Amino acid sequence: MAEVTFLVVDDDEIDVEVLLRAFRRLKIANPVVRAHDGLDALDVLRGTGGREKLEPPYIILLDINMPRMSGLELLEEIRRDDELRRAVIFMLTTSDDERDILTSYERNISGYVVKSKAGKSFEEALAMLDHYWKVVELPI
Amino acid sequence: MTMAEVTFLVVDDDEIDVELLQRAFRKLKIANPVVRARDGLEALDVLRGTGGRECLRPPYIILLDINMPRMTGLEFLNALRGDATLAQSIVFVLATSDDQLDIYKTQEMLISGYIVKNRMDRSLEQALSMIDNYWKVVELPA
Repeated sequence: MAEVTFLVVDDDEIDVEVLLRAFRRLKIANPVVRAHDGLDALDVLRGTGGREKLEPPYIILLDINMPRMSGLELLEEIRRDDELRRAVIFMLTTSDDERDILTSYERNISGYVVKSKAGKSFEEALAMLDHYWKVVELPI
Repeated sequence: MTMAEVTFLVVDDDEIDVELLQRAFRKLKIANPVVRARDGLEALDVLRGTGGRECLRPPYIILLDINMPRMTGLEFLNALRGDATLAQSIVFVLATSDDQLDIYKTQEMLISGYIVKNRMDRSLEQALSMIDNYWKVVELPA
């Protein structure tokens, strides 16, 4: 089973640190690549802007509220790109706004996780992701 | 976390496969309501409340077989994604095929996950256990 990378797209340093610590606590040892916002993520996915191209298989963990290019804008861009459009994307965001949830699913994300519920239920979400990549055939 | 109970809409023409699925649910103590459709056309009836079927309200997760008569899984996904009220539905494909082209074509339809049912290194129960995990942590379209 090829090792799956998590591409974490989030502009908040603390949120990213919390995520990385939770991965460690859960002994989730998959490689993690960090992008600071949507534009940075596109550079990573395409190998542009000085970023090394991230090869599949990968799962994108996407925040919504970011400068330069938001999560929803990035989602649109990925679904428009013939090479990237099948990407598996989980929204991982503080927003529990119904419109954000609906818009995300209209772009056919794999799942929407609200991370404001910190602690145990956040870890449950990450444990689910750890389960998910082992079970599902990811785009390669 | 979605509080309303999530229904599984199982779309599969094979009686034995459906029975195996139900048994796996029971063994894992997954007690969510399950609605069965025999193929894509019946599944659309269930999702729309047409053809004498009661309309299935969200939240639900579709567990879709690929090889079915009348309307295949891919044709169903096409119809689903082309329907504005249903396009955001969550679909996990439970397939026997591990053919890369089948997987690719299905992933093109933007599903939540393609799961090969009878993989050597992992049982159907492990796959369903992941889905049981999934609906408890994810916000589903309402």
